[in-house]
Amino acid sequence: MGLFSYLKDKFSKKKGEESYVKGLARSRAAFSDRLALLAKRHAKLGPDYFEELETILIESDVGVSLSLRLIDELLEKSRQNPEMTPTEANEELIDMMFVSYVEKGGSIVNELAFEPGKTTVLLMEGVNGVGKTTSIAKLAYRYKKQGKKILLAAGDTFRAGAVEQLGIWAKRLDIEIVTGKANADPSSVAFDGAKKAREGGYDLLIVDTAGRQQTKANLMAELGKMRRVIEKELPSSPIESFLVIDATTGQNGVSQAKAFSEASPVTGIVITKMDGTSKGGIILSIRDEIGAPVRFIGLGEKMEDLVEFDLDEYLHALLVGDEHE
Amino acid sequence: MAFEALSERFQALFKKMRKEDALTEKNMEEALREIKVALLESDVNFKVVKAFLSDVKEKALGSEVTRTVSPSEQLIKICHDEIVTLLGGEESELALPKKGKLSVYMLVGLQGTGKTTTAGKLSLFFKKKDSKVMLCSLDVYRPAAIDQLRVLAGEAGVAFYETDPKENPRKVAKAARKKAEDEGFDALILDTAGRLQIDEALMDEIGDIAKEERPVETLLLVDASAGQDAVNVAKAFNDKVRLTGVVISKLDGDAKGGSALSIKYLTGLPIKLSATGEKLKDLEAFHPDRMAERILGMGDVVTLVEKAQEAIDEKEAEKAAKKMMSGEFTLEDMLKQMKMVQKIGSLGAIAKLIPGMPKISEEQTSKAEAEMRTFEAIINSMTPYERRHPEILRFSHKNRIAKGSGKTNADINRILKRFEQSKKMMEEMKRYQKSGKLPPGFPMR
Repeated sequence: MGLFSYLKDKFSKKKGEESYVKGLARSRAAFSDRLALLAKRHAKLGPDYFEELETILIESDVGVSLSLRLIDELLEKSRQNPEMTPTEANEELIDMMFVSYVEKGGSIVNELAFEPGKTTVLLMEGVNGVGKTTSIAKLAYRYKKQGKKILLAAGDTFRAGAVEQLGIWAKRLDIEIVTGKANADPSSVAFDGAKKAREGGYDLLIVDTAGRQQTKANLMAELGKMRRVIEKELPSSPIESFLVIDATTGQNGVSQAKAFSEASPVTGIVITKMDGTSKGGIILSIRDEIGAPVRFIGLGEKMEDLVEFDLDEYLHALLVGDEHE
Repeated sequence: MAFEALSERFQALFKKMRKEDALTEKNMEEALREIKVALLESDVNFKVVKAFLSDVKEKALGSEVTRTVSPSEQLIKICHDEIVTLLGGEESELALPKKGKLSVYMLVGLQGTGKTTTAGKLSLFFKKKDSKVMLCSLDVYRPAAIDQLRVLAGEAGVAFYETDPKENPRKVAKAARKKAEDEGFDALILDTAGRLQIDEALMDEIGDIAKEERPVETLLLVDASAGQDAVNVAKAFNDKVRLTGVVISKLDGDAKGGSALSIKYLTGLPIKLSATGEKLKDLEAFHPDRMAERILGMGDVVTLVEKAQEAIDEKEAEKAAKKMMSGEFTLEDMLKQMKMVQKIGSLGAIAKLIPGMPKISEEQTSKAEAEMRTFEAIINSMTPYERRHPEILRFSHKNRIAKGSGKTNADINRILKRFEQSKKMMEEMKRYQKSGKLPPGFPMR
């Protein structure tokens, strides 16, 4: 059974998550609606079909190398099976996209793991303006609702107003926060946070970091230092580093993911502002080049709109939408 | 720099073309495919890529073969001209504030594109041109956005309008405008909240403000790393507020900035400014021709010269040059020179502007800058006599200097060795200058 019918089957029994279906509405219109139209317009697979398909993939930010590879594979398959219709080719393509994501392996559990008596530490990293601080607030909200005792550390001591911004969120969510002075060494804030988390028996410490361009070597080194400081203070704690990437980013997202994971291990990706873009393909392109799993995606501005990434939900919302309504 | 990867590809491509003796349909095919992938990987919009390729092809095949120009040079020229056209042809200048009448500027864009930081930079940009500037935040949504702008206003030394976060942004804009007018300001910069182009309520809000306050410039912030969607975003904002231009932000990362290439072509909106760093001074006018040269790996000498002019005191420079040539070069002079270079910008940024000197990694740059700080600390720990006569330094002197500067004796010896080398080079240049010839390997340009 192809993936397409598998998804239809799976979601005929249960409704797709509304946030996915809504948040990916624009991507769906730009991607699967165009694919469907493509199949309708072409009776046979020919050069025109493949050229248009290339346009659709690249315009959805699937990425140049992955797009070209998918098309090459599809061409090969159509040679082996000359009877293949455009509709079948579309389904084949979607299967291949699914496989390209899954074959990278890794755990399917995207939620943070907690161990009794230990503080789970989460470092949030990324380039400037991707939505790190807002994502921290949303994750803190999520785990507070699950009854966790949470501490925030305002490690962005560089950008004007960053500490205040996180402070306001802490107040709104009624969560404790550790801050340092403006332009203080971010590692000292990380240290203070780790120390307080250990002494106060917190379940989760979330550390904010300043946005940085991945080309600035000294700033990238600073991230490694923050991590080492935390490791020293909380030696047996699980430490996660999430790289936050803006969904409207193009091919540079890959360069960001590469550079950040070289500087210190990235254990997951958070994609923000997914609802604002029609280019849902970025998830596949980053997975293809980096392999780090997408853990959470931002599908809207509300606190509960940062949701755990679920490949089936994602593909269903991207490809099928909600036909049963 | 933003277009680095693209220029690397172009250079490799042109190197290959050098062996061919004419542009033909056949040898162009591979070149065009390379260009296509390179442009797409740089986030140039797919429609723009197609148009670009067909234009380049047409011009290349139709161009007359002259003996003096090699096919690769010919292709460079064609690509250069096409990129300049894509980036907007002529420079389009920002409308500057006039004395005696208030000009309103409004910055709009998606979340996280750099509006607030750019508002701060723009205020300094105008202040340097002797305008009386007021900053005002209309961002009552993002927590601490108003605080952020207040801090930047303080850093830039411009006036700040205290926005009440409970007030409607339309009312804030109106009140800020009245205050700025009453108090005789030349420029009022309105920083708006980030918004999605599909958020109707918020899009209506800036539409209303633009209608009411009639900005002389309504600028859209576009992140250099923006993907294929950037053009749609620009179109949506333009429909609502009638944009006057685009500012590209975060050009200091390695994002290739292809979205910039696309926006002018598909929307007609000119790129007016580019932001190239995190400091307030890092905002520049956008020059399409210079950017094209940078894309093609030709370096950007004009920008370098302009930066140098801004940073270097000419008299100081002349004095230093004379000293160098007279052979009385001291450690103090060397430090002064290094500082002068530092004022122009980071070493890495400078190297990127010099043709034929493209590859300095960020790591090397920070190493060089750390070395400069070591150097400064050491010299500052010397007596003035020692600075002029480093040859007298003995072990005991060095121990004292090492203690004073917090560096090691090895650091001191390394610096002294470098000084000796520089001095030798100066003498050599002096000799060559007298003989009227240039030393071998000296760059001709």
